[in-house]
Amino acid sequence: MPIFKEKDYLRVDLGREPDESLWMKCKACGELVFKRRVRENNNVCPSCGEYFFLTAVERIGLLADDGSFEDVTRPIVADDPLGFADRKPYPERVADAQATTGLEDAILVGRATIGGVAAVIGVMDFRFIGGSMGSVVGEQICHGIETAIDDRCPFVLVASSGGARLQEGLFSLLQMAKTTTVRQRLADAGLPFISVMTYPTSGGVQASIASLGDVIIAERGALIGFAGRRVIQNAMAQELPEHFQSDVFAFEHGAIDRVVGRDGMRDELASLLSFFVEAR
Amino acid sequence: MSDERTLDLLEAKIEELRTLNASDGIDLSKEIERLEAKLEELRTELYVNLSDWERVRLARHPKRPYALDYIGAICTDFYELHGDRIGGDDRALVTGLARLDGRPIVIVGQQKGRSTEENKERFFGMPRPQGYRKARRAMRLAERFGFPIVTLIDTPGAYPGLESEEANIGGAIAENLATMAGLRVPIVAVVIGEGGSGGALAIGLADRVFMLENAIYTVISPESAAVILWKEKERMKDAAEALNLTADHLRDLGLIDGVISEPLGGAHKDFQTTAAALKDELVRSIGELAGLAPESLVEARYRRYRQIGRYHDAPSASE
Repeated sequence: MPIFKEKDYLRVDLGREPDESLWMKCKACGELVFKRRVRENNNVCPSCGEYFFLTAVERIGLLADDGSFEDVTRPIVADDPLGFADRKPYPERVADAQATTGLEDAILVGRATIGGVAAVIGVMDFRFIGGSMGSVVGEQICHGIETAIDDRCPFVLVASSGGARLQEGLFSLLQMAKTTTVRQRLADAGLPFISVMTYPTSGGVQASIASLGDVIIAERGALIGFAGRRVIQNAMAQELPEHFQSDVFAFEHGAIDRVVGRDGMRDELASLLSFFVEAR
Repeated sequence: MSDERTLDLLEAKIEELRTLNASDGIDLSKEIERLEAKLEELRTELYVNLSDWERVRLARHPKRPYALDYIGAICTDFYELHGDRIGGDDRALVTGLARLDGRPIVIVGQQKGRSTEENKERFFGMPRPQGYRKARRAMRLAERFGFPIVTLIDTPGAYPGLESEEANIGGAIAENLATMAGLRVPIVAVVIGEGGSGGALAIGLADRVFMLENAIYTVISPESAAVILWKEKERMKDAAEALNLTADHLRDLGLIDGVISEPLGGAHKDFQTTAAALKDELVRSIGELAGLAPESLVEARYRRYRQIGRYHDAPSASE
């Protein structure tokens, strides 16, 4: 059964192999591993257990019950309000990311059941300009939350983002305020928000919506923090522990509730969500 | 600013001539007049058409008035409140009760230091989690007693360091935003100097947001943007232009409500005038907002933030 219901504006090709070669080298253990084996293993290295990125589509496949995902992502594309160009004009950067990922921007939002529990899920895709939150990502998160309010069901956000979309300047910074303001409506409606932090959840996303989950779960191997390691080292010339901003670091310092492996995430969310659904 | 030094020299020269003029009985008034005209001309030339990068420099000017300067000038009876009730008292962020035009308010501001010693104490105006938690505590106090809130933003950013991350600086910023979204009292925020990223926004979610004319407000510093986006750290002037971080740009983009003008050369050239303009705007805004029912206030704040963003319809995939 296909994971996706038909939706004409969604340009995702589940069968596409992004790279011609059949083998890849694991960045952690250095082993050459068969790509198909990696994919079948939820993008976890079969040799050493290192987690590789999941695309938004792969993540949805991992979390949503088969055939349950109904895409409700709004068909919108980022403007270029500042006429921004660094080494590349911003609209070109967006177009390139769209071509690479098959997405309109760095997130997909949709209805799904997770282990039988109905929820609205938002899933970010790091390949799209570092999963950065600009006007479109901010709007989609709000749209997801509002869909959850309409459906009277929980909202789940799986973050994978380096932070704000710098090319949109203050528009992107203010998405932190926008998503937070809308998140409060979900709380007012008495509905739960589960935040799942993956590699990486940092900057403006960590300092807003992702940190406001009623429950916060980190995927094993996640990076969680506000300022980047290099920024801190440059600014403060400070020695940082090796596990700085890791899942374990965040857990030890009380920033998250639990750390969960990729394989167990769907069951974890299902059991967690069931508490809130039963309560109503 | 190197050209600013020329102005300072010229000012000193004029002062010297004045002293001579008074003491020696030689008439130098023509010469003084000529130099004063020259000074005015240079000043206009230097300050009227500031580049965005020059505004960044001005926003960070060492003589620029800081939060406590404004609090002293525009409020009476400032009563500082300390401590987050969890782990400490962050001196990079000041909070307190005060009266503005006779009305009790809660004021929150980021505070830089003047001397090296003071900057060590105030972390150059970069709050740590305990600073944001103190702000949140003070703002909740305001809500409990119906006091309007004024925030004065002036920070390079939240303090980037190990202890900040250990105490979950991102979570502290997020909690402030969530709290401010729902506060049932008026909030007016003013960027008085540097509005540096999430660390600035953490006290900046408000019903009205103003900027002083030479303040900046940005998602990232031009220096960091140059490194991250251009991969050349010398490109900070280009980054400053590209980011649209000045008060004028941000007003034109509809992201702030207004610009509070500063005297030629910046707020420090005539502090009293700047402070008076700031006070006028605060009194006016709070007067407007205080008339609204708490529900309408929160609803209007929601609508304000709900609509922020620029995007267009995607071309249909079926075409």
